[in-house]
Amino acid sequence: MSEANDKVNVQIDGEWHQFPKGTRMIEACRLAGKEIPHYCYHPKLSSPGNCRMCLVEMGMPPRPRPGEDPPKPDKDGHLPIQWIPRPAISCANTIAEGMGIRTDSQLTNECRHGVMEFLLINHPLDCPICDQAGECRLQEFSVEFGTGGSRFREKKVKKPKNVDIGPRIRLDDERCIMCSRCIRFCQEVADDDVLGFTDRGSHTVLGVHPGKELSNNYGLNTVDICPVGALTSNDFRFQMRVWFLKETNSICTSCGRGCNIIAGAREDKLYRLTPRDNNEVNSSWMCDYGRLNFHFLTSEARLTDPMILEHRAHRIARWSEAVGRAAEKLKEFDASKIAIIASGRMTNEELFMARRLGETLGIEKIAIVPRSGEADDYLVSADKNPNTRGARLILGKKVDKQLKEIAAGVKKGTITALIALDENLLKCGFEEDTLKKLDLLISSHILANPTASLSHVVFPSTATVAEKRGTMINRTGRLQRLNQAIDPPGQAMDLWEILRDLAQALGGSNGVYLLEDVFKLMAGTIKEFEGLSLGKIGDQGLPLLKPKESIPLLERERERIEKGIIVG
Amino acid sequence: MNVPKEIEAEIDERITHYPVSKRSAALPVLHSLQEHFGYVTEEAVEWVAAKLDLEPINILELVTFYPGFRQSAPGKYHIRVCRTLSCAMEGSYELMEKLCQEAKIDRSEVSHHHPIAVSEDGKFSIEFAECLASCGTGPVCLVNDDFHEAVEPAKADKLLKQYD
Ligand code: SF4
Ligand code: SF4
Ligand code: FES
Repeated sequence: MSEANDKVNVQIDGEWHQFPKGTRMIEACRLAGKEIPHYCYHPKLSSPGNCRMCLVEMGMPPRPRPGEDPPKPDKDGHLPIQWIPRPAISCANTIAEGMGIRTDSQLTNECRHGVMEFLLINHPLDCPICDQAGECRLQEFSVEFGTGGSRFREKKVKKPKNVDIGPRIRLDDERCIMCSRCIRFCQEVADDDVLGFTDRGSHTVLGVHPGKELSNNYGLNTVDICPVGALTSNDFRFQMRVWFLKETNSICTSCGRGCNIIAGAREDKLYRLTPRDNNEVNSSWMCDYGRLNFHFLTSEARLTDPMILEHRAHRIARWSEAVGRAAEKLKEFDASKIAIIASGRMTNEELFMARRLGETLGIEKIAIVPRSGEADDYLVSADKNPNTRGARLILGKKVDKQLKEIAAGVKKGTITALIALDENLLKCGFEEDTLKKLDLLISSHILANPTASLSHVVFPSTATVAEKRGTMINRTGRLQRLNQAIDPPGQAMDLWEILRDLAQALGGSNGVYLLEDVFKLMAGTIKEFEGLSLGKIGDQGLPLLKPKESIPLLERERERIEKGIIVG
Repeated sequence: MNVPKEIEAEIDERITHYPVSKRSAALPVLHSLQEHFGYVTEEAVEWVAAKLDLEPINILELVTFYPGFRQSAPGKYHIRVCRTLSCAMEGSYELMEKLCQEAKIDRSEVSHHHPIAVSEDGKFSIEFAECLASCGTGPVCLVNDDFHEAVEPAKADKLLKQYD
């Protein structure tokens, strides 16, 4: 009985469905496979119901007048529906028992036509030069619900164009359809109430208050949720047509949060990162810092080939030659004299291969470089390494402490060979003079840096953002997948490949060829990974370890869901 | 901005009428300031926002929405001529023209965002208003708080003379 009570019967386009009590009409329709066009509604924001695009025809069981017989249910127990001549917005209204919704009736379609016609009256229709074209709600719904021609013969209202509303965002007011999503995002999610509508009426203008700017670290999310091309990202505008972008699901690796993202690339060039929904990690948002932290991929300093130090100068080497040289040199050392500096930016698979290399050679000193900074009260974690928890799980908790010991060992001369993986040692407690004392320094880097300059063998490695596959564990213990969106430049390789080749050259073939093989080995060795495979992790990740912190932004969102302010 | 003590006291008192949310006091507070200063300056917008623990944009939205709030200084006598349908048909545009002629007001710079024009001597200012709620007796206008009905455009000078 109680279960039946929590469910509400609703007829959508002639078919009866059951939905939980309190479901918004628009969400019920979506669950029934009927997408309702909408602009202002966003499940993570409040619903002002201002665009009217989501109007539908609605009905309820008739209420008998005094003396009249109550309506009779049909053979399935459903009451007849009395259709209401006035349409209702489906975004802000919740379903009720016996409700009927028509998403494709004459009334509904007329409403959509009407709303589209009004929205287009003052719209500049500059799709050919608009960045949003191809992912524009106005464009899409025009095709579906527009009339194809305009009856408007009057002059369009002129509004501000190309307005700098902050360091990263530009506004075209003529394109704005006044849905207020951006305003609500700033008020409700980013707590930075700087946007607003002035001169409301036919001249409504969206803007920032004079002297203020939209500069908070989450501002670019407004560009994503703007259904039209009114808000554009300075970084992305005019760079690439969105329909050329190949989209790859991955995660941001700029901090320990691991926000889920979509990487948009074309022909091995990454053009943008946008947030991907994950209600356990980043909701629908990401920070601007993480979003824009990929331009180093095409930096002039990018290493593209292995290098060997000969006669005090580096020369480019073939991959096999560099691996051979590194292995040959390593063999000259007693394991107790070798240390490995790994990185909290490495994937689990790469860390696991570092551990295997250590085991093959009997190396006991292995560390990672901690990177701590400031957390904000939203998503950004104080841990600037994306995979500290993976490193601790795979290499052991000692990795945090060993860095100092290794640095001291190098100084004292007890450690004479060092393998540094994607870390610039001069930035983490090593001095140039001490490094020069080393008999062997093998390192991998994405960009040229002073450590690379001092190394005997240098391997070019790939970037976590968009260039490699693998997994990481974020601060809240979630195991998540990185996917490769673009091919790395030149001979650059993933660290697990570099380490695989090195281990093979040192100890012979070990049956590891693919990333899947590494994961399988890892799943067989570390109990937390038992029974898992890359495929099982899926696009939303899996909870693997105990969360060690909560995510402030998500906490607040959950409160708003509870209060019914947002759908979530 | 210098808000005199007694005006601030009046404003503080007005705010007490809205115990649930100070935000609701925004309109009365703005009226108090406009009554005193004649119009709402950018500084005033910020002052009100600070007073009500809001962001300035929240106040600017109101000030730019309600035609009753002015963002530029009016003349000593501020005239508002109704231009909604009934009055327009009864000649409010002509009335506007005549009033401007008589008071020496140049409206060529007027726009949606700057609706008010002021006479050279600063005595009169003028703007169009929407319905002033006397459609049967158009054209109508307000001069400060005085309401004038069925004002014949030809008699615009007579109307102005009352405010010498
Ligand atoms: S700028 Fe975009 S998100 Fe903001 S109100 Fe306009 S259309 Fe909506
Ligand atoms: S919060 Fe962290 S993981 Fe998320 S986008 Fe920002 S830097 Fe990337
Ligand atoms: S989506 Fe805008 S009114 Fe419903």
